[in-house]
Amino acid sequence: MGIRFVLMVNKQGQTRLAQYYEYLTLEERRTLEGEIVRKCLARNEQQCSFVEHRTYKIVYRRYASLFFLVGVDNEENELAILEFIHLLVETMDRHFGNVCELDIMFHLEKAHFMLEEMVMNGCVVETSKANILAPIQLMDKTS
Amino acid sequence: MLRLSLLMLLLLLLSRVFSSTESSRPQKILPPTMPAKALVYPNPPSTNGLMYARYQKYKLHAYRPTCPGPSPGVGHLKTIGRELAMGSQGGFGQSKEFLDLVKSIGEARSKSEEDRIVLREIETLKRRINEPDIPKRKMKEYIIRLVYIEMLGHDASFGYIHAVKMTHDDSLLLKRTGYLAVTLFLNEDHDLIILIVNTIQKDLKSDNYLVVSAALNACCKLINEETIPAVIQQVVELLGHPKEGVRKKAVMALHSFHQRSPSSVNHLISNFRKRLSDNDPGVMGATLFPLYDLITIDVNSYKDLVASFVNILKQVAERRLPKTYDYHQTPAPFIQIKLLKILSLLGSGDKKSSEQMYTVIGDIMRKSDTSSNIGNAILYECICCISSIQPSPKLLETAADAIANFLKSDSHNLKYMGIDALGRLIRISPDIAEQHQLAVIDCLEDPDDTLKRKTFELLYKMTKSSNVEVIVDRMIDYMISINDNHYKTETASRCVELAEQFAPSNHWFIQTMNKVFQHAGDLVNPKVAHNLMRLIAEGFGEDDDTADSQLRLSAVESYLKIVDEPKLPSAFLQVICWVLGEYGTADGKYSASYISGKLCDVAEAHSSDDIVKGYAVTALMKVYCFEKAAGRKMSLLPECQSLLDELSASHSSDLQQRAYEFRAVLDLDVNAIENIMPLDASCEDIEIDKSLSFLNDYVQKSFEQGAEPYIPENERSGTLNISSIRNHNSYEHSTHSLRFEAYDVPKPVVPTKLPPAVAYPTDLVPVTVNVTEPSYQPSSVQPTWPLVPVSDAGSGSGSTELKLRLDGVQKKWGKPTYSSVMSKSLPRESRQSHVEVSEEKQKLAASLFGGTTSRSERKQSGGAAGHSKVSRTTNHGEDKVRPATVTVPTAVQPPPPDLLDLGESAGDTSSYSSTVDPFHQLEGLLDLNQDVNAAATSNAPDLMSSLYSDADTNGSLSQNPNPMNGSVNPSKKTASLTKGPSLKDALDKDALVRQMGVNPTSQNPNLFSDLLG
Repeated sequence: MGIRFVLMVNKQGQTRLAQYYEYLTLEERRTLEGEIVRKCLARNEQQCSFVEHRTYKIVYRRYASLFFLVGVDNEENELAILEFIHLLVETMDRHFGNVCELDIMFHLEKAHFMLEEMVMNGCVVETSKANILAPIQLMDKTS
Repeated sequence: MLRLSLLMLLLLLLSRVFSSTESSRPQKILPPTMPAKALVYPNPPSTNGLMYARYQKYKLHAYRPTCPGPSPGVGHLKTIGRELAMGSQGGFGQSKEFLDLVKSIGEARSKSEEDRIVLREIETLKRRINEPDIPKRKMKEYIIRLVYIEMLGHDASFGYIHAVKMTHDDSLLLKRTGYLAVTLFLNEDHDLIILIVNTIQKDLKSDNYLVVSAALNACCKLINEETIPAVIQQVVELLGHPKEGVRKKAVMALHSFHQRSPSSVNHLISNFRKRLSDNDPGVMGATLFPLYDLITIDVNSYKDLVASFVNILKQVAERRLPKTYDYHQTPAPFIQIKLLKILSLLGSGDKKSSEQMYTVIGDIMRKSDTSSNIGNAILYECICCISSIQPSPKLLETAADAIANFLKSDSHNLKYMGIDALGRLIRISPDIAEQHQLAVIDCLEDPDDTLKRKTFELLYKMTKSSNVEVIVDRMIDYMISINDNHYKTETASRCVELAEQFAPSNHWFIQTMNKVFQHAGDLVNPKVAHNLMRLIAEGFGEDDDTADSQLRLSAVESYLKIVDEPKLPSAFLQVICWVLGEYGTADGKYSASYISGKLCDVAEAHSSDDIVKGYAVTALMKVYCFEKAAGRKMSLLPECQSLLDELSASHSSDLQQRAYEFRAVLDLDVNAIENIMPLDASCEDIEIDKSLSFLNDYVQKSFEQGAEPYIPENERSGTLNISSIRNHNSYEHSTHSLRFEAYDVPKPVVPTKLPPAVAYPTDLVPVTVNVTEPSYQPSSVQPTWPLVPVSDAGSGSGSTELKLRLDGVQKKWGKPTYSSVMSKSLPRESRQSHVEVSEEKQKLAASLFGGTTSRSERKQSGGAAGHSKVSRTTNHGEDKVRPATVTVPTAVQPPPPDLLDLGESAGDTSSYSSTVDPFHQLEGLLDLNQDVNAAATSNAPDLMSSLYSDADTNGSLSQNPNPMNGSVNPSKKTASLTKGPSLKDALDKDALVRQMGVNPTSQNPNLFSDLLG
């Protein structure tokens, strides 16, 4: 299955975007996010960007105030996921221009659309920025 | 209008002024997690025709604060300009209300504040969303607000229906927002899904390919097994859609159907093969995911694709794909990685397929860019592939080199990958671990928990009898240090597993188990406790009685030391009680009253734990019986007496019964006691006469007296059942008195410990001192009667109490001496040999890798033994599968009733039988080992020199674990200094947004900081 969730959480542990590729109840999501964020935020920058949590392996990366956390299963290549995060940020940066936390908050649905283009069924299906952004730009034009 | 534009102009000018001041700020540097190579940046973002386009010329370089452009601050100008521009049309195209909400959420300083905001928002939305005639744009905003509510952990189900409605909208943006919200809110089995299936069907037929894409996205998340047939036909047709984006999503939709219900798409699997040769690399890449799943299930049907996969991988690696798929100059890395994963499945254990892959894997490894994360990701995947397919010596060598580079790296991420890769490769070539011993130990001692845990995983894989003590000790220390129960359990069971497999001595085993139990007793499998008791009881079995008793004595001694400690886990207390009862007085070292005092203390201190109390009281009974059987006078301690009184009135019928049985035993004479409780007989068999033939006489007599024959439960008619229930009720009233007359009707007494079970022992023993059998007859008419009392009080079957399960169980014991000698002497010698900084590590390395480290060290631990042990670890996997070679000859079928099981299910038995006997495998090695140990002492100088040479080669690595971290990447350090909120920008933005009426109180300036900056 690969990716099981993508989370964006800021330094204060507030969720900014959450996408799950398997169903969890609201309560489960809340506890999971709390536990993971506590674990990841406590780590320093020398430590590795991977954390094991229950059956998940979490690959995370920090950009300014925002943490990108990706939960994967055991077979996933952690380094590749780390670069997937970077690709996501680059893509958002290309769209928003100097993307910041507020951009994601104000355009939550767009951030989701980009993620939808990149990941389906927990698999990274698109890595070309042009292909990811094309439908979103078209949509912007028509609406 | 004029005033407004003037204002804006002014502001823009102002921000330019700011920008010049910003240029004097220290240059911002990359976020520390980025590798140095990641400096390649995307093209400048498109400007969307907003008014700040005139700053284009600055942007080319300047918008990247990291680039030495004219002014690092200019980039923010653009953002601000954009916000300003949007603000003039009502702010981001969204209402002020929405902006306020987002801002207040963004500025919330605590979870409770955030919760308050969200709860208020829920109230507002509940009111508003049901108003009539809401404009569509407004509704879209409401939906996004609902998404926020759910994202922040609150229930927004009141608005789900509106999200569903929005999927019907004609506008693409609204439709897609609707679909997005629905996929976020609902799972595939939600009731509302049925309302969406129709829309999806319609949208899949749309002329607008973006609508089709949106519907396919929704398919992946919302279509469940039952609704697959409604859309599958259309999805399959879309596989031939002219737009590649649609084809790709159709493939993924089919993939999700396959995940949900493989049978529903089985007839369509050929489509995946077809799409593998799609012109578009995106579609081809997507096809790899379903194919990977299919190959995982059934490798052999896809062997014909090996050539295709190899060919595709070759083309990708040779950069034949469009440039847009490059990621930081690496051609389509994600596709490469998936292909390598597929190849490793296909090549596993298949020489012919593997040989086709060697060239391309070798090429990729040679080409890969080891300075970037993505290059290393591919390299790692290659190593995984190499360790999975049929080994090629050349590739193994390359893989070993790559691992060496990973481990040498300063990046913790790469070290982690290196350790993981090492764990994979040692399965094929166990020798490579030795080259990296110091790196491994560095990782083991690293404060980073993730790295540490990964390293323990590696150690677990490379454990053998020569290093088990060091590894298990380390693991236990680690286990004690962590709080996470999940990993505590995992580590504990690994410790137990390793200790059972490789234990060098009984004493060590007992000590190890004590530690594990003490710190994680309630987390380990109860089976482990039973195993431990059995091992203490069995010891070596036949060959060495004194060693057995020494083992028991050392167990008893260690338990007596521990038992008073507070907070011992229940499982451990059970073991302690059992061992003290069985062997506490065996050596005569401890008096019976001392032991029973301790046992009473245990029962008292853990009064809420019925199982422990049960163990304690039975242990007391044993101590008493053994004393009496030995002819010594034994009077019951007062606290024991009061314990019995208390338990006789216990709510737990099991405890009550044990107490009554004890009472009954007190009145028996020595002869009977010897029969009931023979000394140290826990390993002897209880023969069970399943047909209960010894009761034939009694049954015959009863028949003659007019009793009705027993009808098995399943043959009874309903009327009988009713009467038996009535009978049962009346029977319950008469607890504490034994009925001697025959039963009218057999009763379907449920085989649980009901009060009736207690009834027997009260009157039982006094009536029948030597002939205990008859008193049990009423109960034994029913085979379903709980067997516990029978074995415990020792009915006349010659059997004894507390039988351990022996069936299918083997011994796992090694000689008590050999290994402790060698692993202890080794560090000592290395201590003498040199006093370098890395000495500690050298020692650890020597003891961890002792079996393989260097020639002279191997002599120390036994040359031949070292070798054969290594080979044994590799065989170890298969060994487990094989049926046990040595089984205890006395094993019986069926298993004797197991008192130790008490509450636990009896299903454990089967799992006992599948472990191997490492002891048996060790037998051949033992003598050799001892000889070599003797020889080793004379070889000490040799050893020293080898350690020295070792230190020379690895010294540079091991000496400075900390400086290394410091010098990781100078930029990283500085980055952390200059990074963080750039207050200036934030203030700029803040001022502007305030103009727009958002009223930020600048509580959270981070909201504005560039993610990539």
